[in-house]
Amino acid sequence: MTELTDLYQELILDHNRSPRNCRRPVVPSRQAEGYNPLCGDRVTVYVSLDGEVLKDVSFEGSGCAISTAAASIMTQGLKGKSVGEARALFEKFRRLVTGDPTGDGEPELGKLHAFGGVSRFPARVKCATLVWHTLMAALNDRGEVVSTE
Amino acid sequence: MTTTATTPDPSTGSTKAGSFDPIRARRDFPILTRTIGGKPLVYLDNAATAQKPQVVIDTIRRYYESQNANIHRGVHRLSVDATRAYEQARAKVAGFISAARPEEIIFVRSATEAINLVAQSYARPRLGAGDEVLITTLEHHSNIVPWQIVCQQTGARLRVVPINDAGELEMEAYGKLLGPRTKIVAVAHISNSLGTINPVKEIIAIAQRQGVPVLVDGAQAAPHLPIDVQALGCEFYAISGHKMFGPSGIGALYGRFDVLDAMEPYQGGGEMILSVTFDKTIYNHVPHKFEAGTPNIAGAIGLGATIDYLDTLGLDKIAAYEQGLLDYTTKTLASIDGVRLIGTARHKAAVVSFLVGDIHPHDVGTILDQEGIAVRTGHHCAQPVMQRFGLTATVRASLALYNTESEIDVLGAGLRTVLEVFGS
Ligand SMILES: Cc1ncc(COP(=O)(O)O)c(C=O)c1O
Repeated sequence: MTELTDLYQELILDHNRSPRNCRRPVVPSRQAEGYNPLCGDRVTVYVSLDGEVLKDVSFEGSGCAISTAAASIMTQGLKGKSVGEARALFEKFRRLVTGDPTGDGEPELGKLHAFGGVSRFPARVKCATLVWHTLMAALNDRGEVVSTE
Repeated sequence: MTTTATTPDPSTGSTKAGSFDPIRARRDFPILTRTIGGKPLVYLDNAATAQKPQVVIDTIRRYYESQNANIHRGVHRLSVDATRAYEQARAKVAGFISAARPEEIIFVRSATEAINLVAQSYARPRLGAGDEVLITTLEHHSNIVPWQIVCQQTGARLRVVPINDAGELEMEAYGKLLGPRTKIVAVAHISNSLGTINPVKEIIAIAQRQGVPVLVDGAQAAPHLPIDVQALGCEFYAISGHKMFGPSGIGALYGRFDVLDAMEPYQGGGEMILSVTFDKTIYNHVPHKFEAGTPNIAGAIGLGATIDYLDTLGLDKIAAYEQGLLDYTTKTLASIDGVRLIGTARHKAAVVSFLVGDIHPHDVGTILDQEGIAVRTGHHCAQPVMQRFGLTATVRASLALYNTESEIDVLGAGLRTVLEVFGS
């Protein structure tokens, strides 16, 4: 049970039950769609930019607990950050969920530390990173659907 | 009244010679003694691929250790022996599905390749703009995409027989969709995503009345049911080695001889020719015409060993055992609050698709994996079925001859853990 409770931490279950920022803004300045062909899950990320600053980030979509919570917690943590900071945070998050030891104990990760357990479930890493890849596509303003494959 | 082989045996409480003993069969499959994270493996992903009995593993090893040679081309002893073993395997497959003659069996890579072969070699030259190919909503992507490709190539149109809420084909709609423009019908014997056993005999009879040939995708049927292609009357029947406890990389296409004989080759190369000059190449006879290049010799011989193994167990007995296990599984799942079955056809093989509350199937799969239970989660390569039910994914437990009621109890307990973790 310990590995499981490590993966499905209370914070993740809570964000899965009631995801934050799960809405489509009236006029997002950027958006992108992500798709995980393995499970058929889709997510759309909306970003409102003020120059280089992420004024608002939100998402829509349906997926597993890990991907829903990842989207919810990501959108919370990014508001007010710069595009550069968002990219740096993704890199740290990626290292955390893939079990790269340099990804541990990064203070900036904050609540995202809840996803540390994912590294022991390699089949679920993509669930945690899909929304981040989608965010990057939105920031790069690539129109295409990003895929985990 | 006569006494039959199914009289209960008072000494064991089970039935006599007529019954099937899964505990004994389990010993034939070495992987089943494995543990996953310290827990006994409960393998319920048989529709994805089935485990292999020791005899099949040994046959393949023995082939490579002491019999390996190329076939149909050497005068030396090893080649002659390998050729004989390969052709014996063909005869075993023919016997297994009651084909009239071994030449009606073409060795292919997989069920997928068997269907592509029919789409390209049979259908493509016979299809034109306005013609129709008829499939069903229940099909695996392998029995959809090859037809989409050939429709695109020829201007033909793909038509689809709908299913009802139980996951059964709507036979009335089938009758209506089958029209003068239908050039071929392709249908699964058993649905891999829902377990529905389709009334293929009736489907074939109806098509036959209009002179339309039928391909049956038997990838999921071969490990569960006795198959008789002559009794069915179909033109084509596809099976897959790895789904029926045989090696991967080998499958077989049955084609009625006269139909195969009238078909163009699938791929060009060695083995499929009688003579080659730059002016003219004469193709080999059926079935070699369709087996270009060096085939999967070890795979074919391994498939032959698989069939011998299944013959000793008896597919009719396996089928009867699995029906009981399916009932038990259905009842076990129904007893858990929040579990909803998807696919409730009257005739089903031992495949159960389900949802657990509103918990995503991937989360269910991860938690079950922690208990040593292997299930499939996702769309099962049958996205149109998922769309029909308004879903993107289900959890699927697909059973085989070596699964037991106590393993289903482990599944039930695992699902209770899932509900606990998610606090539902
Ligand atoms: C019904 C059905 N048809 C075809 C296939 C494809 O079989 P193969 O793996 O041999 O290509 C599958 C495999 O999942 C299947 O379930």
